[in-house]
Amino acid sequence: MNFTLRVWRQKDNASPGALAEYKVQDITPDISFLEMLDLLNHDLISRGEVPVAFDSDCREGICGTCCIVINGRPHGHEHGGTVCQLHMRSFQDGAVITIEPLRVRSFPIIRDLVVDRSSLDSIIAAGGYVSVKTGGAPDANAIPISKEDAEKAMDTAQCIGCGACAAACKNAAAMLFVSAKVAHLSRLPQGRVEWKRRVLDMVTAMDQAGFGNCSNEAECEATCPKEIKMGNIAGMNSQFLRAALTHR
Amino acid sequence: MITLDAKIPSGPLVDKWENHRHDLRLVNPTNKSKYHVLVVGTGLAGSSAAASLAELGYNVSCFCLQDSPRRAHSIAAQGGINAAKNYANDNDSIYRLFYDTIKGGDFRSREANVYRLAQVSGHIIDQCVAQGVPFARDYGGALETRSFGGAQVSRTFYARGQTGQQLLIGAYSALMRQVHLGKIKLFPRREMLDLVVEDGRVGGIVVRNMITGQMESYAGDAVILATGGYTNVFDLSTNAQASNVSALWAAYKRGACFANPCYTQIHPTCIPRSGSHQSKLVLMSESLRNDGRIWVPRKAGDKRPPNTIPGEERFYYLEEKYPAFGNLVPRDVASRNAKVMVDQGHGVGPSGVSVYLDFAEAIARQGEGVIREKYGNLFEMYQRITAENPYEQPMRIYPAPHYAMGGLWVDYNLMTTIPGLFALGEANFSDHGANRLGASALMQGLADGYFISPYTVSGYLAGVKPKAKKTVAADLPAFQETLAAVRQRTEKLTSVNGHTPANEFHRELGQLLWDHCGMSREEASLQETLRKIPEIRERFWKNVRVPGAAADFNQAYDYARRVADYLEFSELLVKDALERRESCGCHLRVESQTAEGEAKRDDDHFRHVAAWEYQGEGKAPVRHQEPLEFETVHLAARSYK
Ligand SMILES: Cc1cc2nc3c(=O)[nH]c(=O)nc-3n(C[C@H](O)[C@H](O)[C@H](O)COP(=O)(O)OP(=O)(O)OC[C@H]3O[C@@H](n4cnc5c(N)ncnc54)[C@H](O)[C@@H]3O)c2cc1C
Ligand code: FES
Repeated sequence: MNFTLRVWRQKDNASPGALAEYKVQDITPDISFLEMLDLLNHDLISRGEVPVAFDSDCREGICGTCCIVINGRPHGHEHGGTVCQLHMRSFQDGAVITIEPLRVRSFPIIRDLVVDRSSLDSIIAAGGYVSVKTGGAPDANAIPISKEDAEKAMDTAQCIGCGACAAACKNAAAMLFVSAKVAHLSRLPQGRVEWKRRVLDMVTAMDQAGFGNCSNEAECEATCPKEIKMGNIAGMNSQFLRAALTHR
Repeated sequence: MITLDAKIPSGPLVDKWENHRHDLRLVNPTNKSKYHVLVVGTGLAGSSAAASLAELGYNVSCFCLQDSPRRAHSIAAQGGINAAKNYANDNDSIYRLFYDTIKGGDFRSREANVYRLAQVSGHIIDQCVAQGVPFARDYGGALETRSFGGAQVSRTFYARGQTGQQLLIGAYSALMRQVHLGKIKLFPRREMLDLVVEDGRVGGIVVRNMITGQMESYAGDAVILATGGYTNVFDLSTNAQASNVSALWAAYKRGACFANPCYTQIHPTCIPRSGSHQSKLVLMSESLRNDGRIWVPRKAGDKRPPNTIPGEERFYYLEEKYPAFGNLVPRDVASRNAKVMVDQGHGVGPSGVSVYLDFAEAIARQGEGVIREKYGNLFEMYQRITAENPYEQPMRIYPAPHYAMGGLWVDYNLMTTIPGLFALGEANFSDHGANRLGASALMQGLADGYFISPYTVSGYLAGVKPKAKKTVAADLPAFQETLAAVRQRTEKLTSVNGHTPANEFHRELGQLLWDHCGMSREEASLQETLRKIPEIRERFWKNVRVPGAAADFNQAYDYARRVADYLEFSELLVKDALERRESCGCHLRVESQTAEGEAKRDDDHFRHVAAWEYQGEGKAPVRHQEPLEFETVHLAARSYK
């Protein structure tokens, strides 16, 4: 297969960027999208040019590192998967593919397709945990948790923190990400104890990091590689209101 | 020259850890904040250690390669974590987990370490549940378990097929909580380039800021390396792209002994290679072997579609050869048998280099819904990659390099031969002997981080004065020396100016190791490999092209540096394989097999840990031996028949 790639090149956040065009040829359909970019970089290095900067690590859809925008969609056109899980067989031979970094105010560009997502970490730091120390935990079976609660908690706990939700949203809201953590922990008895403080602190940190507000566009849900549901945002908003009214 | 002292406490096995904890000195609570601990790595081992040490009151700085600590390689672990809880009431116990782990490791690990691991295993599950890890539950609300290779009891806890992710998020959130409280300073996108040794003990580290390309120096009273395993030396493995040997290799060159580098595990259930441009081999959790049946056509060269091959013409080779354990034999046994089948022409799939893992019976017996609940995400992952539906046709699997049992030599306190330098998790060699059992790496990483290092690092710090903080680390003489050495290496690599991208050398090295130092190893071909590695290395240093500048964001340079380290480290790996003239666990020496083709240990000559000490560039390293004393278990031939 042959493709024309239009790839965003940008030296750093302060410099202007632009799309550059590259041709890749003789691509076997079974290789992954990132392996195709590896091949491009191999060619660029061999020719003495500067390779395209992009991030990836696990290459199996779990670390959340690889998220970039392909033809306008974070993680590309396949539902429920990450960039590293995309294979070239899902593209049309001869296609023109536009590849850009996540465009979110709170994710400054580092180089080309690489962005800084530490704003997501700062939201977790503000309250995305159960405040327990190591040691002294009661026996793991001391508090029964219904299968349903465990499964529901897992549905949102599996967020990979890739930032696709914020990039897909026209308001650059990170509310799917934040609400996934709020929903995970408030489902479980261990997390319920400090639910008020958590939701207040995390939402505050989210605002401080410069993320926007949800206006029900639903693009986040459509793009989430782990298919986390938008209903969690409504749940978080109602928790926030209740907490704001009753906390302290 | 170094003398190895494992510092194994005396007394009965069951009391060793308890007694040792009493003997370990404590740091006065008001003094703790005067000490600074550097933790390199934020996988399960690093995150849990950093959080726990910060909770105790030490100042911690924490470094990782990824943009966030949550993305460490541990995130990819799928199947589960072992613990001797006996919740299933199937007669599991601390002793049984200990014994299974010692036996699984083919009697090449320390009794005392492994027993301690089994002792703390239960607390890990308690700790994780308290953090909000959503482990699988039964309808009564109690924790579910499943069985894993090498065990006849059900002691593996799991969170769907994403156990590593959930455990890491638990440890990461504990870490981020301490970041919020100001006790941990986080340094993502930093790569440790060298270790600073000062007056015979650890002084700190030199790291590269991977965004700016600048070198940075950090002084610490203790340094913890939790930098994971080195299986990417094989180029293609199940490990994440960033996993590397470089931090361990730097420590080795500064005087930390490297133990058993040849103990590498080849995992039996991976998606087979499809072509030459592949960047990684994807693992399918071993838990699949609970319900999947492994088979090949009985007739070599049979190319019929699997569903048309009748039962009696299928060779369920593991079930036939190992009736007691069947498809649940340990990894090394399963991998080797797959290779034998393929070598004898029974392989399946387009390349003929794979075997079937078949769920048809499990689906018929338990229903598709149950199988989907257990393995849904694994099946989906398989289908995404291969475009084949495992609910309808058997999966195809083949072994792939996966885990490093070898690592930095550590004593019972997890301290290396450099005072103040500790190694945790996959980076050390301590608990898995010559073969790791499934679901035991997560257990070990968290045991090291939550429950062992907080005490032993404190014990070390209690005996040293905290460093004065007046000077900037980079101004200290030991740092200047190290920085100069790092600059020289950087200069050397960026000035080669050849034409060949680094990945070509990596691929060549990986193929060489896979062929001659992978699932089976033989004197002559190991010797030959030892001749070939320096050749590849020489060509690398003549022809490699590293584009761009080192003092800049430069992923190609980061990668080339790691390849340069593999090209040195691999020689030690092969040397170790050559010197260990016995078969044990994953290390199968062709010359040392039983009549039935099983690994044959040589306890008289090799019942020891091999710990290699660096002697300087171009000089042969010294191979030290730490004898393994078995006071409790009886050394048996490992049989799974
Ligand atoms: C696909 C897969 C599935 C697995 N499934 C299981 C399972 O089900 N059960 C089980 O028990 N085990 C499993 N394992 C093994 C287990 O995941 C690993 O052994 C374990 O997670 C290693 O944890 P760690 O903390 O030691 O290191 P890692 O998680 O590898 O973390 C290493 C850390 O060190 C950092 N680092 C590395 N080098 C440097 C450097 N030079 N400078 C700075 N930082 C550095 C990295 O950024 C990272 O933060 C699996 C492994 C794989 C590959
Ligand atoms: S590289 Fe890890 S999710 Fe894609």
